[in-house]
Amino acid sequence: MLDYETLQAIWWVLIGLLLIGFALTNGMDMAVSTLLYPLCGGNRAERSAIISTIVPHWDGNQVWLITAGGAIFAAWPEVYAAAFSGLYWAMLLVLFAIWLRPLAFDYRNHGETERWYRNWDIALTVGSVVPLLIFGVAFGNLLQGLPFWADENMRWHYDGYFLSALLPLLNPFALLCGIISVLMLLTHGAMWIQLRTEAKIAQRARKVAFICGLATVVFFLAAGLISYQMTGWQLDVPAPYGSYHVITGKTVSVIEHGLFANYASLPILIIVPLGAVAGMLLAAWYGFKGRAERGIIFSSLGIACTIITAGTALFPFVMPSKVDPSSSLTVWDASSSQFTLSVMFYTVLLLLPIALAYTIYAYKKMWGKAQAADHVQLGE
Amino acid sequence: MISEAMIELSRWQFAVTSMYHFIFVPLTLGLSWMIFIMELIYVRTGNVLYKDMTRFWGKLFGINFAIGVATGITMEFEFGTNWSNYSHYVGDIFGAPLAIEGLLAFFLESTFIGLFFTGWNRFSKKGHLVITFLTALGSNLSAMWILIANGWMQYPEFAVFSPEKMRMEMVDFFGLITSPVAQVKFAHTVCSGYVTAACFVIGISAFFMLKKRHLKLAKRSMTVAIAFCFCGMAGSGLTGDLSALQVTEHQPAKLAAMEAEFETQEPPAAWNVFALPSQDNMENLISIRVPALLGLIATHSLDTPVPGLRDIVAENEVRVANGAQALSALTKMRNGTATEDDKAVFAQHQDDLGYGLLLSTYARDINAPTEAEIKTAAHNSVPPVFISFVSFRAMMTMVGLIGLLTLGAAFFLWYKRDLVEREKFLKILICIIPLPFIACEFGWILAEVGRQPWAIQDILPTALATSSLSAVDVGLSLLCFLGIYSLFLLIELTLMYKAVQKGPAMSNERALGGVYA
Repeated sequence: MLDYETLQAIWWVLIGLLLIGFALTNGMDMAVSTLLYPLCGGNRAERSAIISTIVPHWDGNQVWLITAGGAIFAAWPEVYAAAFSGLYWAMLLVLFAIWLRPLAFDYRNHGETERWYRNWDIALTVGSVVPLLIFGVAFGNLLQGLPFWADENMRWHYDGYFLSALLPLLNPFALLCGIISVLMLLTHGAMWIQLRTEAKIAQRARKVAFICGLATVVFFLAAGLISYQMTGWQLDVPAPYGSYHVITGKTVSVIEHGLFANYASLPILIIVPLGAVAGMLLAAWYGFKGRAERGIIFSSLGIACTIITAGTALFPFVMPSKVDPSSSLTVWDASSSQFTLSVMFYTVLLLLPIALAYTIYAYKKMWGKAQAADHVQLGE
Repeated sequence: MISEAMIELSRWQFAVTSMYHFIFVPLTLGLSWMIFIMELIYVRTGNVLYKDMTRFWGKLFGINFAIGVATGITMEFEFGTNWSNYSHYVGDIFGAPLAIEGLLAFFLESTFIGLFFTGWNRFSKKGHLVITFLTALGSNLSAMWILIANGWMQYPEFAVFSPEKMRMEMVDFFGLITSPVAQVKFAHTVCSGYVTAACFVIGISAFFMLKKRHLKLAKRSMTVAIAFCFCGMAGSGLTGDLSALQVTEHQPAKLAAMEAEFETQEPPAAWNVFALPSQDNMENLISIRVPALLGLIATHSLDTPVPGLRDIVAENEVRVANGAQALSALTKMRNGTATEDDKAVFAQHQDDLGYGLLLSTYARDINAPTEAEIKTAAHNSVPPVFISFVSFRAMMTMVGLIGLLTLGAAFFLWYKRDLVEREKFLKILICIIPLPFIACEFGWILAEVGRQPWAIQDILPTALATSSLSAVDVGLSLLCFLGIYSLFLLIELTLMYKAVQKGPAMSNERALGGVYA
């Protein structure tokens, strides 16, 4: 069995990979669904053509979200417990939105009227853009710390209830992060549309990729400047070995420019945010040039690097607390036992490549350009 | 503070969302295999009728599947949002099967369901058949992993308590996934899913026969469905019996509650056909009994006693008192005031820690519980008898009705060969559709209510498993769930009805150049 610290570090990487996998796949089809209206106006045939490119894949893509959730449950049960209950209404909003997607994909094909299609397509758009925004907002709040703490029985508590808990999450910095999340995925989604559709729709997608790609970079840099002024957290002394307070027994200090501490102590890490900027710029350029097969590689790179940038800024913290810093969750104390981490590591090592293999196979088999006319009728 | 109202609302919310989710699950479990069987016949014989059948039932499958997926995500999120202390306390072991469910089963099911619907023209006949097979396999595997998780809630071995982390930690992964409780539960659940899907197909085929529409398709579908239903019934009967044996062995209180057995009887125990239990007085006000039957059902023997609730409560009083000592010692250990004696007390009684936690929800001071508090906790350490008793009988009644109706259908369809003319019977046969759904829901009520007051049997009381939310939060979210879910159900049922009214799209046999027999 690998030693505990190694496993904990590996799991930080694995959860990161699952989140990136979620963004690149499910995030992509959410972005594609979000772009339905800006790209097609009221034209049902065009909307159907765009939807037909993601119909075979959205469900498999969504499993990245479910698996990321399950992996956090198994590997970081404390994060799962503290984050999901603390962000109660944010999670429920994501849930209410996500419900609309499976229904819309299937049910839109069962109506006859134009209105039926339009309503389900709007549901699909709403169900897609809300999660993209909220996941970004959640990251924005993680970077600022959340108002939660653990009591002496290791029960998690959170400040406020209903609106008094929800509204503070929608602060300017968090909304900025939400906008970055939406914009970078719209860039990515526009690449997909460009790859999989022809003529007019693909033309319009080029513009979207260009504008959203550039805007992502601008907002990303702005968020970088603002976060430099923010405080961060520093793990001074971990809880002593054998302590009965593994989480709350550590000492954590709040420091100026703390989110940049890791980058200052290991300057090579600066390539990660640089990769995010370069990736999005190149994505915007290739998207504009109509070379989406390259653009999608760079948008993927940009998205991955953006997520890693935030994760690195927090490391070793994964969920800092702003009301009780010693309740903050780190890679070293939020995790499962060594045995569980080890079992789950080998399970992922075995199963994820298999899942990836048939996912790629499915994408390959369904590849091709969709025409505005040949919208897919499910089950017909 | 954790309010009683919030705990109550959390239980209701979980009950509503899980029972709602389970309207759609059994149909998915069974219909996926039936569709595979129909497509297999099509591929083997080239009979296009079976392709039409595959597509028609596949369309209904899709309507059901969409809402099953949507409501399934709720279930995963809910452990974290509403049961965060549960997630903290047992996530180390409970999270593992959930993560594997995603990696192994959901990826498989969800990747291939997309190809099932959209890949008809992109894959060869056999290729598409493999896709259908993998979809069915994936959905059934997902049932296996979630039932491994649920099986552990009923029979929580394979983990130990960590006083440092104040939670349960996994020590035996292989034991967890091969737990007999989990495996029996899995088999019982999928078999009842097969019955559910079979009855769904039987009922809709009966509707077509009654309306004299699509007769060929209806007859073939019903033939497949009746055969499937008999297999499912046999399987769920057998596994139901095995399941009862597991309950007898690992959850005697659940068994006693579902049979309203308060006094331990001389073996072989008599079985209550009907009873009016009074849990406060721990006795049945009225009961009608069949001699020896309970002993046979619960222990498969004539000489093994089946413990009654009074004896179980008496035993639990000891466990509660021990648990109080363990919890009190643990508290001292955690706040650094424990002596060596305290540690020894904890080591001695830590298996009863759960009962100490249960007592803590009644006792003012866990270090000095009164005799009355211990008695109250022990009295409430067994499940609600009335609900358990009624649920079991409701489930069995549905099973009996399904059996009779299916036998009738088989008799008229296969032996008399005049089912299509029997309007009255066809009308009754349509009513078979809801029966297995009701049976499944009551089965789950029995499984989950029968485990109360525990979220994890003997380890974590449900009242301590919730999140630290306010009653306003959970009350409002419950309202949202009720409202949105009702709307979804209305849409789903309307679409199902419309799709059935519209009927299957039949292939043009000449154009296809295939046989259409």
